[in-house]
Amino acid sequence: MKRFDTEVLVGLFIIAGILSLGYLSIKLGKMEIIGSNGYEVYADFTNVGGLKLGAQVEIAGIEIGRVKSMTLQDYKARVLMDIHKGVMLQDDVILSIKTKGLLGEKYVSVQPGASDETVQPGGRIRDAYPPVDIEDLIAKFAFGKVEEK
Amino acid sequence: MNLIRIIGRAGVRLTRNLGSYGLFLMNTLFWTFSSPLKTGRVIEQMSFIGVKSTLIVLLTGAFTGMVLGLQGFYALSKFGGEAMLGPTVALSLIREIGPVISALMVTGRAGSALASEIGIMRITEQIDAYEVMALNPYRYLVVPNLVAAVLCFPLLAALFDVLGIWGGYVVGVKLLGLSPGTYFGEMTVYLSSSDVFHGIYKSLSFGLIVAWICCFKGFFTEYGAKGVSKATTQAVVICSVLILVWDYFITSVSF
Repeated sequence: MKRFDTEVLVGLFIIAGILSLGYLSIKLGKMEIIGSNGYEVYADFTNVGGLKLGAQVEIAGIEIGRVKSMTLQDYKARVLMDIHKGVMLQDDVILSIKTKGLLGEKYVSVQPGASDETVQPGGRIRDAYPPVDIEDLIAKFAFGKVEEK
Repeated sequence: MNLIRIIGRAGVRLTRNLGSYGLFLMNTLFWTFSSPLKTGRVIEQMSFIGVKSTLIVLLTGAFTGMVLGLQGFYALSKFGGEAMLGPTVALSLIREIGPVISALMVTGRAGSALASEIGIMRITEQIDAYEVMALNPYRYLVVPNLVAAVLCFPLLAALFDVLGIWGGYVVGVKLLGLSPGTYFGEMTVYLSSSDVFHGIYKSLSFGLIVAWICCFKGFFTEYGAKGVSKATTQAVVICSVLILVWDYFITSVSF
């Protein structure tokens, strides 16, 4: 009985430890054990500076997917996004990379379109705008080019 | 001439010392992988190193997280970055403080006991008795400790992290009035699974270090009660220092 108790305690300890590890890596670390059951679309941006893997894709502030990979394609950044199942994107949606707050992280914002056609899984979204370069904006402002436009 | 001789002697002694540490580890690792594991002994040692350290690890984890919550809030509020409290607490706990402090606590609680247990077996000639009976003392005494420590350390560190994050939550959200969504939401944004793995690798290596040094010190203790007490003290001191030094190097490598 004594030996059995030890084994039960060790078992409980291991289960508790593994649960904590799971909590840390899956809930907080966004690790995907079960592959997502959404679909993928991609878009080519001229600049994705500051966007990170796993960044959110949002419509109206609600998360509809995450950034899965970013690669260079013909000197443009090809961003592959994993979109939740059940979210239909029209083929004229407009993607733009925005920043949460002044110092927050970058995310992909989706403006819904009006077209009847939807983007197929694996399809491409045509309209994609890079983030506003704040330094560039400040430089323009400082040298007075903003008003000339 | 004398000075040169002293330096030479110290050099030879140092080399011999380090060599015996290395040989001990090689022997242990050899017996870990070349012979079937003594599962019963491993479970016993896991109960000793892991289960019985749980309470102290949970306690220190909770309070460390709470202190991090307070101090982080104080520092972050200097420039209005209170929203970053969650990531600050979580990142510092998972990457750094969790593995290190849980390893230090376990060194103090279990490492010292391992060293003195094996040391007393050595001076009462029980280890010699193993050898006389053609039983391998590495396989029966050292390997189960090593395996148990390597398995237990990451689990203890994970418990420490979770309790610490909740401790920080209690202080940041309940006491200081941060919104719970900010605390956990920002955390998931800035934490990636590589941070968690970084912490796990650290604790694995700490488990190896603690079991290795403590068993070595006990295994080659000097004779008498003084010898064992010296071995135990040295084991704890060397482990603690080595944990912190190794921590720096492993962090700088994976930076």
